[in-house]
Amino acid sequence: METPESSRPQGVRLGRRWINLLLGTGVLASIASFIYPAIRYMLPPLVGESLSRSAVAAKVNELKRNSGKIFKFGSKPALLVRTVDGEFKAYSAVCTHLNCTVQYREDLRQIWCACHNGLYDLTGRNISGPPPRPLESFQVHIQGEDVVVTRSA
Amino acid sequence: MNGLSQRILRWLDERFGAGAIEEFLRHKTVPIHRQTVWYYFGGMTLFLFVVQVLTGILLLLYYRPTPEDAFESVQYIVTQVRFGWLIRSVHSWSANLMVFTAFVHMFSGYFLKAYRKPRELTWISGMLLLFVVMGFGFSGYLLPWNTLAFFATKVGTEMAGAVPFVGKWFLTFLRGGEEVTGATLTRFFGFHVAVLPGLATVLLAMHLLLVQRLGMSLPPGVERAIADGRQPARSMPFFPNFLLRDIIGWYAALGVLGALAAVFPWELGTKADAFASAPAGIRPEWYFLFMFQTLKLLPAKILFLEGEFAGLLGFGLAATVWVVVPFLDYRAGFGRVTRFFTGLGVFALGFIVVMSALALR
Amino acid sequence: MKTVIPMFALLLWAQSSGLAVPPGDSCITCHAALDGKQAEPAKLFEADVHHQAGLSCADCHGGDPKDDSMTAMSRAKGFRGAPKKAQIPDFCARCHSDIAYLHRFNPKLRADQLSQYLTSVHGKRLKQGDTKVAACVDCHGVHNMLPASDTRSPVHPMNVASTCAHCHADAAHMKGYNIPTDQVEKYRRSVHAEVLANGDTAAPTCSTCHGNHGATPPGVSSVANVCGTCHVFFAQLFEKSPHQPAFARMGLPGCVQCHSNHEIVKPSDDWVGVGPKAVCVNCHTAGDKGYAGAQKIAGDLAKLETFLGRAEEIIGTAERSGMEVSGPKVELASAHESLVKARVNVHSFNAAEVQKLTDQGVEISQKAYQAGVGALKERDVRRKGLGVSLIFIVLAISGLYLKIRQIEAGPRA
Repeated sequence: METPESSRPQGVRLGRRWINLLLGTGVLASIASFIYPAIRYMLPPLVGESLSRSAVAAKVNELKRNSGKIFKFGSKPALLVRTVDGEFKAYSAVCTHLNCTVQYREDLRQIWCACHNGLYDLTGRNISGPPPRPLESFQVHIQGEDVVVTRSA
Repeated sequence: MNGLSQRILRWLDERFGAGAIEEFLRHKTVPIHRQTVWYYFGGMTLFLFVVQVLTGILLLLYYRPTPEDAFESVQYIVTQVRFGWLIRSVHSWSANLMVFTAFVHMFSGYFLKAYRKPRELTWISGMLLLFVVMGFGFSGYLLPWNTLAFFATKVGTEMAGAVPFVGKWFLTFLRGGEEVTGATLTRFFGFHVAVLPGLATVLLAMHLLLVQRLGMSLPPGVERAIADGRQPARSMPFFPNFLLRDIIGWYAALGVLGALAAVFPWELGTKADAFASAPAGIRPEWYFLFMFQTLKLLPAKILFLEGEFAGLLGFGLAATVWVVVPFLDYRAGFGRVTRFFTGLGVFALGFIVVMSALALR
Repeated sequence: MKTVIPMFALLLWAQSSGLAVPPGDSCITCHAALDGKQAEPAKLFEADVHHQAGLSCADCHGGDPKDDSMTAMSRAKGFRGAPKKAQIPDFCARCHSDIAYLHRFNPKLRADQLSQYLTSVHGKRLKQGDTKVAACVDCHGVHNMLPASDTRSPVHPMNVASTCAHCHADAAHMKGYNIPTDQVEKYRRSVHAEVLANGDTAAPTCSTCHGNHGATPPGVSSVANVCGTCHVFFAQLFEKSPHQPAFARMGLPGCVQCHSNHEIVKPSDDWVGVGPKAVCVNCHTAGDKGYAGAQKIAGDLAKLETFLGRAEEIIGTAERSGMEVSGPKVELASAHESLVKARVNVHSFNAAEVQKLTDQGVEISQKAYQAGVGALKERDVRRKGLGVSLIFIVLAISGLYLKIRQIEAGPRA
């Protein structure tokens, strides 16, 4: 039961308009501040796939035979090798000894770690020096121009 | 504006017959007395549930329920998706807040004897909803597939196996196998996004329908005072007075959730490794701590029963008593306060608080 | 005849006791039926690698396995008996130096063990009449010999240290030789023993550095070569460093001087420099060039560690706040690598060389640190956004509160 509008003092009537304004602004602004993030959330980010599951390592013609390239895979370095036969292979480039970054040696045709002379063969197996475990192998697919590396299931 | 909304409502009424509902809502009142504040907790729990559904749906757009992808997909949400960190942290924090308000709502109903005749079914549907909410919490906790979640789930489901006769079957049913694996993740995901929401919807509908039909319960003391004429029967209209107050509470909750998400973001943890040994100090989420601590403190054997089984039996009995308390405390239906049940409630609340505190030490 | 029936019974009994007796091997048959020490060889022989190859007692000891009587062990039948200690090497070498014979069984077998043994300390002393030293059967066992690749063999890499310890850790046995008896005890505390125990059989044990048949401790001037067969970079750096000629002049064993020979433990950064745990001050004193160099190297290593630690901390904080920092993390891996390489380069004992690597690492760490700072700034932007939405919420709540007051200004229902 409200007192009729016309009999209310001027001050209260103005107060009512301000209250409605305040309420309206507050509610609208707060709803906008909830909806805005939700809408932006629903729009997919530029990077489609989780960074640590899949990455484009190189373009198909970028690597010549018997060479290697280090690329970023998630938050760790990875190694893409193009063998003498032209096949692409990919591994984690984190040495299993003390985490240095390994590299491909064209002269040895194997993967070598510069820190303590560790050696891995092209299946990733540790064959000489201190590394205690093989390098993790990744899967390689060619998608058009791109050499795509994904983590094996 | 008012004219427009009236026209829309009339249009809907001609088709849905919603006018009856509107009329009913206009007349719905909420009693005003010293314990009125507890009336807000039901709506708050419902609001937080809605927050969970909305943020949960958003998370569903990016989450992948397989052991290979689950952790990475949550990491993706939190680091790549715009405002993903906000949605995820709000979902995790709101879950905890919801469990808390659900417990407060339940205990307030218990101590104010809201379960007495004719509200027995309201109480029972509410208790079942509480179990569903805890099920939501337990199943959802595993989904990020991090070390903490993995081992907490292992320990939690291990308890299920301690039940005799059906224990082994129950454990295999929960885990989708003998051990906690990707099959468990798939299963928990199914529970979390399909089974439990379905159950919750049905129970909620029943619960809310009953509340509307039966109105708000008055604490026995207030009821008596009014009957004796010592206190006037005061109330406020649900719409808009109580609802506006409800909304203030909901806004405050949103503010709290936002602040928690920005200042205390929910941790990602490290990806679960089934073959690693459990890290020290593994324990379930806080709302299961009292059970966890009790089972830890129980001796290996109680009389002729295995300690763990005796503990589970105890909790099962307690839960059953709690669900059927309206029928046990039937005297409350006649407006008589049976001290025993109040005492039982104080004991239960104290037990939960003390056990949880011990577990946190 | 008197012996036939008991022999027959014995044969039956031997068969029933499970021993796979080659038809008519009287050595096994009789000895299996005896007691105590006499029966041992027959019992043990089942597992022996020679037995598995089809050889019998007589192939080593001579005699006639087809003869059921005591004449089986006569000189006439070629019986050689059990050899005395000094005769053991030649006894085994009868076959084990005969390449043609060995290759009938396994073409990969070597036949130079005896010639190697004769160059060893054990071999030389045995020739001089010392019967306390090790000969073939002391390490390989006798009658139950297993190939070195078998984990039960006393000469399997994981068991070699225990086998050597049988004599070399026995103070009573080693009396008079004037060499320590704590080598195996020290070795067990080493990082090599730890790695070996974890199953990496490439890790060195006694025979790796000392040789097995030609066992001789490496001379003072050859220590670096021995360690350098595995620790290639360190040996190369050491050769080119000022320490090499200095050590040679003073007759000091290269690596062993700082790293010990048997108790080789995991080194830590505080071994470098002039602090309490440092090895440099064992020779260098304040004022000499080496002392200054050690200080510089230790200082550079510590500097890189500090910068690296700071960068890792801020990146960790940013990551835990949900920020995307995978790029800086990859960068930090390079900085970490610089630290690892710098530690290797300590062995050049050239402060300038080490500094090149540490400077590289410090630069990368600083870049990563900046990236971390940026990530935290981004996090603060989020908090500001939160602040803004909180303001809206407060506005809405105030509006609601006033509305309620306004609605309820009149008398309540």
